[in-house]
Amino acid sequence: MPKQTFILNGKSVTVNVADDVRVLWVLRDILKVTGPKYGCGINVCKACTSHVNGKAFNPCAVRVGDLKSTDKVTTIEGLATLDGRKDLHPMQQAWIDRDVAQCGYCQPGQIMEAVALARRVRREGRSITEADLDAIRNVCRCGTYTRIREAVVQGARAMGPND
Amino acid sequence: MTSTISSNLDEQDEGAGVTGFRRRRFLGYVLGGSTLIAAAELSFAGSATADGIPSAPQIPEVYDLEDAQTDAALPTSQLIQIVINTDGTASFELPRSENGQGVTTSTAMIIAEELDIALKKVKVTLAPARPELFLNQLTGGSNTTFSTYTPIRVAAAIARRALLDAAANRFETDAERLEVIAGVITNTATGETLTFGDLAEEAAGLFDREVEVELKDDAEMTIVGTPRGRDDARLAVTGAKDFAMDLDIAGALPTMICRAPTLNGTPRVLQNRSAILAMPGVAGVAQVSTGIAVRARTFGQCIDAIRAMKVSWNQGSVEGESDETILAELRRAELPFTPVSQVPDLPLLGNKTHELSFEFMFRSSAALEPYAAVADVRADSAEVWAGLKSPILAQQDIAKMLGLSQEQVTVNVVTGGGSFGHKLFSNHALEAAECSRALGNVPVRLMWHRADEPRQGRLHPMVTSRIRAVTAPALIGTGRKVFAFEQRNTSVVTDFSHGFGEVITSTVADLPAGLGELSLSQTIFVLTQELGYDFGAVTQLLNEVDSRFNTGSMRNIYSPDTRVAAELMVDVLAKDADKDPLEYRLEFLRNEETKRALEKVAEEGNWGRRMPAGTAQGIAIHKEYKGVTACLVEIDCRPGTVNRDIREAVTGPRVTKGVFAIDAGKVINPRGLEAQMIGGFSDGIAMTLTASVHLKAGHFLEASWDNYFYTRQWNVPPALEVHILPSDKSTPGGAGEAGVAATAAATACAYVRATGTMPTRFPIAHDTSLSAFTPKSFVPPVPPSPTNGLKLTR
Ligand code: FES
Ligand code: FES
Repeated sequence: MPKQTFILNGKSVTVNVADDVRVLWVLRDILKVTGPKYGCGINVCKACTSHVNGKAFNPCAVRVGDLKSTDKVTTIEGLATLDGRKDLHPMQQAWIDRDVAQCGYCQPGQIMEAVALARRVRREGRSITEADLDAIRNVCRCGTYTRIREAVVQGARAMGPND
Repeated sequence: MTSTISSNLDEQDEGAGVTGFRRRRFLGYVLGGSTLIAAAELSFAGSATADGIPSAPQIPEVYDLEDAQTDAALPTSQLIQIVINTDGTASFELPRSENGQGVTTSTAMIIAEELDIALKKVKVTLAPARPELFLNQLTGGSNTTFSTYTPIRVAAAIARRALLDAAANRFETDAERLEVIAGVITNTATGETLTFGDLAEEAAGLFDREVEVELKDDAEMTIVGTPRGRDDARLAVTGAKDFAMDLDIAGALPTMICRAPTLNGTPRVLQNRSAILAMPGVAGVAQVSTGIAVRARTFGQCIDAIRAMKVSWNQGSVEGESDETILAELRRAELPFTPVSQVPDLPLLGNKTHELSFEFMFRSSAALEPYAAVADVRADSAEVWAGLKSPILAQQDIAKMLGLSQEQVTVNVVTGGGSFGHKLFSNHALEAAECSRALGNVPVRLMWHRADEPRQGRLHPMVTSRIRAVTAPALIGTGRKVFAFEQRNTSVVTDFSHGFGEVITSTVADLPAGLGELSLSQTIFVLTQELGYDFGAVTQLLNEVDSRFNTGSMRNIYSPDTRVAAELMVDVLAKDADKDPLEYRLEFLRNEETKRALEKVAEEGNWGRRMPAGTAQGIAIHKEYKGVTACLVEIDCRPGTVNRDIREAVTGPRVTKGVFAIDAGKVINPRGLEAQMIGGFSDGIAMTLTASVHLKAGHFLEASWDNYFYTRQWNVPPALEVHILPSDKSTPGGAGEAGVAATAAATACAYVRATGTMPTRFPIAHDTSLSAFTPKSFVPPVPPSPTNGLKLTR
């Protein structure tokens, strides 16, 4: 069986699994990294949103064989600790400050999406607009959208250049 | 035995802090053991109140000391227990489920308050199925806080009492000379201190003993009523919060079911069994009652196997049926209105009849976490882990299915990823147990594919609602009055087999006259629906037909549809009377709290402000769950907004502003209550504008979030205000569902005012949303996962 190697939350991991198994299942079922959630498996609900090389991606829509051994995958579990920080990422803190989560099932994906959005607007040299918030596709079936919007803006403001 | 006079609870509330009333005394227990365990009875005895609440177990009555004394042989197995640990923490197993509604947080607050301990020292977990609690371990009808508030307070007060007694003993003084602050007891005379943890062991007894306590006055409360974040917020944002599929149960491999192409179809045979067994990762295949189960190393490999299966199927339950055939069936079953000639006191001159008729289509109640359960079935035992609101029933059903006794089945309640009524049913737990057995008594992690949820999962039933109002010039005074307001709902049968129906009926000791002949769902309908307006002869009735669908409640059962129809008629009647919708409502609302809520949203939302053509405000009320709500929305129905181009979306009219007010009685956690209203608001706009499933040729077309159009960021208003109104009530009302009905109705009213057209079908996008997607395949029943994810990084 092929060996699959990539960097997960700062550490290189190798798993024996077929190329076409989607990264979400490698994370959840084999590596037991369960922060990324399943909500559709077809890249529409965004519950599995994680980062690859610092950008948001959806592991339910990526074959593990397509990851390079140098690709850095970050899940919600690795978001805070990446830069040697011990506590929470500013976006996670904003989520707590705004008491965003209800059932919490969508929230790892929401937070990973929010961090990627904040990084993207920073690259573009601007700040988050209502249109950016409207374009967030992550489903929250508990309907926490209002608090998500507030937390994204607060968290993005609090993010430093390395967040 | 002491004999104590119990006072009426309402009197006591009003008299709080005032002399002249005896405070209520409650009886509970300290159980014999090695650490302090304080206990109180949780019971559903009681009667329905006049304001018609489904979830109205009048718990305080049970705790009335007199009652408790007459019931001398109280079985201790019925008790809920608070344990004081030697590390100074208090732990409590809540016999309810937590699916995001915040009940573990509010329960911890109640315990911390009554016990005088820091909130973070209270650990609330979910109790496994406790058969002895029978009807009392069911989460539904937004009743958790209401039904558990007093019993939990009693248990906490008993624990505090026992700790004080133990401290008094140690200090050789009277309990009156002691002071408790944040889990530390101080001898005020000497300054010596002891913590709850120090006393946990000696406060316990060798034997069970009865203890009598008083509860805190509302005025003394410092935790209850203050805004608090959720107890699991940190777990949720770090990915550490475990849902059923995140549990690491040894050997429990991913398992998924290949389901029939039509609703409730059953499997005949898997034709290519050996080919499936030979697929990578596949560990087992078995036929179960709902399809072909496959167990594999990863869910991805389960999906691949399902897509490769060749299965022949038996017919489904609604072969050939469509939205239109079911609607026609409902239309045929509609109940008639009373002839106008029989409307009491109706003046013959100048009377007018208004009729409206609406269709509310099927909606999927699925949460974001699909149905999922872990099961480990052996020859003579079974253990299940799942988000369950009715775990005792699940335990019974699993035992029956497996031929085991109830004691051989352990049912663990896991926090659910949303419920909205969906987890009242235990299909997932039963299926997991069935799969575990059928695959050869091996542990399984069963998860539904998303596509299975709208297609085979629980639905909000399709409903028609007809309203007729008869108006005429007022007999006394000026203006026009409503002499009769009749609403006739006809619905596909709502499934109440999850036990909630029994809770309601057991709660309602004395059904109001005339309810005796009604069916269970009709009883619930009548008990939950209250129009709230002084509209002469008011009747709201339900008729049900067709039980072939998998139905259930969906963050409310009847209220949103019934309220949307009623409030649209209220706007028609305001026009008939030549009045502003707000002014008209205030004139005819019967209840002061409702008027206050309505006035609040009108004021905060600047009701009546001038708005551009194609946009408008809408306003509506609702009354239920021992509380009242009002909502004002602004909607934008201009083409530029309606036709926004967002891929895989229904954009449609946009609610651009929301102002919501709730009077929920005593509020435990205002922040949690606000969160529930925000969530309910999202559901309300979905119900009115976008979210439905389409039945065609015996199956539902929707299969995922790209075609079931639940509210998304592009549908919500940039700003939503929630106002929690002060209340002098001392008991809390429900929250989980209270945000939906008024929002759905205000949105519908705003739409009519903005467009000048009266919709007849809800959600408004039902007919157009079909063109927003291509239905996914039915054979195979699940779509493939895409592979282009690395091209879509952002
Ligand atoms: S599970 Fe990956 S986007 Fe839905
Ligand atoms: S918090 Fe439950 S789905 Fe978002």
